[in-house]
Amino acid sequence: MAVSVDEVVPTGPVRDHTRPARRLGGRGRSVLEVALLTVLAVVMLFPALWMIETSIKENRDVYAIPAKFFDFKVTMDHFKDVFVASGGGRSALSVSFLNSVVVAGVSTVLATVLGVPAAWAYSRFGVKAKKDQLFFILSTRFMPPVVVVIPIFLMYRQVGLIDSKLGLILIYAAFNVPFTIWMMKGFVDEVPAEYEDAAMLDGYTRLQAFWRFTLPLLLPGIAATAVFALIFSWNEFVFAIFLTSSDDVRTAPPAIAGLIGGTTVDWGLVAAASVVFALPVLVFAYLVRKHLIAGVTLGAVRR
Amino acid sequence: MAGIEVTALHKRYPDGTVAVDHVDLSIGDGELFVMLGPSGCGKTTTLRAIAGLERQTTGDIRIGNTLVNDLPPAERDIAMVFQFYALYPHLRTRDNLAFPLRAEGLPKAEVRERVDEAARLMRLGPLLDRRPHRLSGGEQQRVALARALVRRPRAFLMDEPLTNLDAELRADMRTEIKHLQGELGTTMVYVTHDQVEAMSLGHRIAILNKGRVEQIGTPLEVYERPASLFCAAFIGSPPMNLIEVEVADGKLRSKSGLVLTPPPSLPRDRCLVAGVRPEALEVTEPGAERSVPARVVSAEWLGDEIIYVVDHGGQRDVRVRMPPTVRFAADAPVGLRHTGGPPPVYDASTEELVA
Repeated sequence: MAVSVDEVVPTGPVRDHTRPARRLGGRGRSVLEVALLTVLAVVMLFPALWMIETSIKENRDVYAIPAKFFDFKVTMDHFKDVFVASGGGRSALSVSFLNSVVVAGVSTVLATVLGVPAAWAYSRFGVKAKKDQLFFILSTRFMPPVVVVIPIFLMYRQVGLIDSKLGLILIYAAFNVPFTIWMMKGFVDEVPAEYEDAAMLDGYTRLQAFWRFTLPLLLPGIAATAVFALIFSWNEFVFAIFLTSSDDVRTAPPAIAGLIGGTTVDWGLVAAASVVFALPVLVFAYLVRKHLIAGVTLGAVRR
Repeated sequence: MAGIEVTALHKRYPDGTVAVDHVDLSIGDGELFVMLGPSGCGKTTTLRAIAGLERQTTGDIRIGNTLVNDLPPAERDIAMVFQFYALYPHLRTRDNLAFPLRAEGLPKAEVRERVDEAARLMRLGPLLDRRPHRLSGGEQQRVALARALVRRPRAFLMDEPLTNLDAELRADMRTEIKHLQGELGTTMVYVTHDQVEAMSLGHRIAILNKGRVEQIGTPLEVYERPASLFCAAFIGSPPMNLIEVEVADGKLRSKSGLVLTPPPSLPRDRCLVAGVRPEALEVTEPGAERSVPARVVSAEWLGDEIIYVVDHGGQRDVRVRMPPTVRFAADAPVGLRHTGGPPPVYDASTEELVA
């Protein structure tokens, strides 16, 4: 992520890109740059490419030695297997994909609905010990989430949230709310409070002023924040594997991981499932890429 | 239209900052009242409390005969213009103007009539179909003013409306605002940190410092007799010379021997400071009558006048405003004498006006 941010949002004036190049020997430097970037790109992209290749290879080509890079027969059988069970009907994987959509979607909506008004309130109102409160909220993200897996597991068992989608939704929302508050506070700070003041003088209540004037201006920020939250919930693995066990609750990451570990591994199916799993996130990230950059540089780094 | 009464206003934020300590204001019906002070003096907080955007901790605010302490901003029947113009970015000028009227639920025909009237008054005709981002700063501020006008409120509140404009435009808009207020006769409370704006606009000026009112008076009163050392140092450019003086045989004399015209009835046995305007002093040839020996430290040649900084052996150098015809070189030995009437005199410890 850091690399793409630096590329898209230059921190210095534009001349920084051209003049130093000349100083260090012009063409030589740019050739070196391109070479290094190419190596980097290959290293970064190879696993993804290999995943895509494997997903469209027949199983005997997957195991072929030497590896077949180009001359293999393309098949879509693995993708069919992702969605359709061997005896017909829906496969367990397709159920888990649907679960992922529900869990990630609902937890993101929940985090946004709770976090955006909170961010607005922290930005607009003089709250007692505001900085301490904000720091406390942030501090819940300091620890690696895996630290609390076992306590959460025990608590969930007591209250009956084990092996339920609601349990996953709640825990993901809990992780995403602090993040949403912090990122959105940056965006809210950027929208002048005078809009709301003016609207209040014009006859609206404070909430109406927020709803009608500030919120529309915040939409790009909300989109960026929601995508971050969505990606977190979508990719989350540790809590999903600890807190769920049955096929009709399990989300996609543990379900895909569960494909590995039998006596034989159907690598084609694993790869195809992974491709299907990665696609929505890629599409979302591509759609809001501008806002993601803005979110990284503006929302998170202020003050 | 209505006057505004602010009684014992106090505003303390939850984090403990006291923005307004104690403010009493009595603003007349139809008056253009300016609140002037450095940043953080509480002038904007006071204005926002009048508008209802901040709830005061204690104290009363009356608009007309109505106690408005617990009324939301919309029910106070006032309009406010902001430093950052706060035009709704998604609305055209026309709709920005019509917005508060539609919020009130006025019939369409009347909305159109009032918008046209305000647009004519502020000469917005060609701008009516543009969105705010296609307007210049000055145009945006004219639209913001027009938006305040359409409401026909009982009072206008202006929060540093000209600060973001460039100097030339600011002077034009100043004239325009003054003219408009005179024409409409609506009470206006105007907050600024710019003393030129305050002097040229206000019927009366309140000078605020650290959440308290230091002085309320007409521009002339405020200029001639600042009520405290703070006001003396704040109003005027270059500022008043504050000269430590003592009373000796019916005369007011500085440490350097400079003799000032004494005001009647001076308290004795106190440390006194006289406030002498730069134009009440004169740089002369050395040894001129009633002058003390001095030396020119520097001279600022401003075209229509020269500001001399003069060392006369006192603690502080004084500034003297002279016509451009009188030229002295830097470092030249000169004389310094007082030419004006009795200066205001302050107690050095209480910083208040004593004579």
